[in-house]
Amino acid sequence: MARFQRKGKGGMPAISTASLPDIVFMLLFFFMVSTTLRETSLMVKSSLPEATEVAKLEKKSLVSYIYVGPPIKSMQTLYGTEPRIQLNDSFKTLDDIRDFISSERDAMSESDRPLLTTSLKVDEETRMGIVTDIKQELRKASALKINYAARRVEKK
Amino acid sequence: MPRPVPEINASSMADIAFLLLIFFLMTTTMNVDTGLARMLPPMPDPNVKQDDVEVKKRNIFTVLINKSDKLLVRGEPMDLSMLKDKTKEFVMNPNNDPNLADQNEKEIPMIGMYKVSEGVVSLQNDRGTSYEMYMKVQNELVAAYNELREDLSRSMFGKSYDKLSKDEQEAIGKAIPSRISEAEPKNVGGK
Repeated sequence: MARFQRKGKGGMPAISTASLPDIVFMLLFFFMVSTTLRETSLMVKSSLPEATEVAKLEKKSLVSYIYVGPPIKSMQTLYGTEPRIQLNDSFKTLDDIRDFISSERDAMSESDRPLLTTSLKVDEETRMGIVTDIKQELRKASALKINYAARRVEKK
Repeated sequence: MPRPVPEINASSMADIAFLLLIFFLMTTTMNVDTGLARMLPPMPDPNVKQDDVEVKKRNIFTVLINKSDKLLVRGEPMDLSMLKDKTKEFVMNPNNDPNLADQNEKEIPMIGMYKVSEGVVSLQNDRGTSYEMYMKVQNELVAAYNELREDLSRSMFGKSYDKLSKDEQEAIGKAIPSRISEAEPKNVGGK
């Protein structure tokens, strides 16, 4: 009656784990591709306002960012709490925007230049005064395509 | 003599790993930048004499935001929740009200003759307006135009605007051009 016979030591053969590295590599590649490294470290607080009608920003290479907001805690002793403009990696003034735009333009290929979009990442607690000034500067630099960065929320 | 510890079957590890991988693939939202796209008006050329473009009063929908984030629409205070419907009413002017936007019949490819609204929304803000409020108003205005386009798309093509082909979207864009002008900044009030 002993249909199921027990073999001496553990019946299962050892399973090859040769494919484990493949899996790990796949995961690795996935995260490598999907992670976008932040090129600039933020020095201003920018919690974006909410909006329902947002559109996606296509092609990242055509976008340059202007951050506006009150400096983060560790910077407040140096720069105070008034909203400031951050371009690339440092605080800048309004007059620097034109240079910033022209250097961004120079970095792009000739054919892409008219497509330059400026994304304004402005903290929601900022007053419009500084934003208006920036907009005027952008008009002077004829960087007319702008994008008010906002978080997408669902319609109520 | 101690019994040998049986080796644990690891062949399902791969399955588990794949399951996790697929789960993360589906749920991860790539950090896409989103926002409201706008065009700024070009800077007026100082050498060219600027003759003010005459826009009839009925065709302008002025939206003012003051520094305490209150709205003044065409001279009357208004709540933000009303703005979208009022904008839609202004642009489409369904009852041919002489106070609301004029319409101009035009031939548009794929749609045919269509009464294109002449209305312009003019958004003005104070330097003290909060950015949050400004964005809310912008959002409502964009939403008004988007809803109008959606309506037209449904009645013309029987499809949602997002599902239209590029040409069709362009035609709708011509029929309902989004005219939101951010007026020249005016310095009213202090900082």
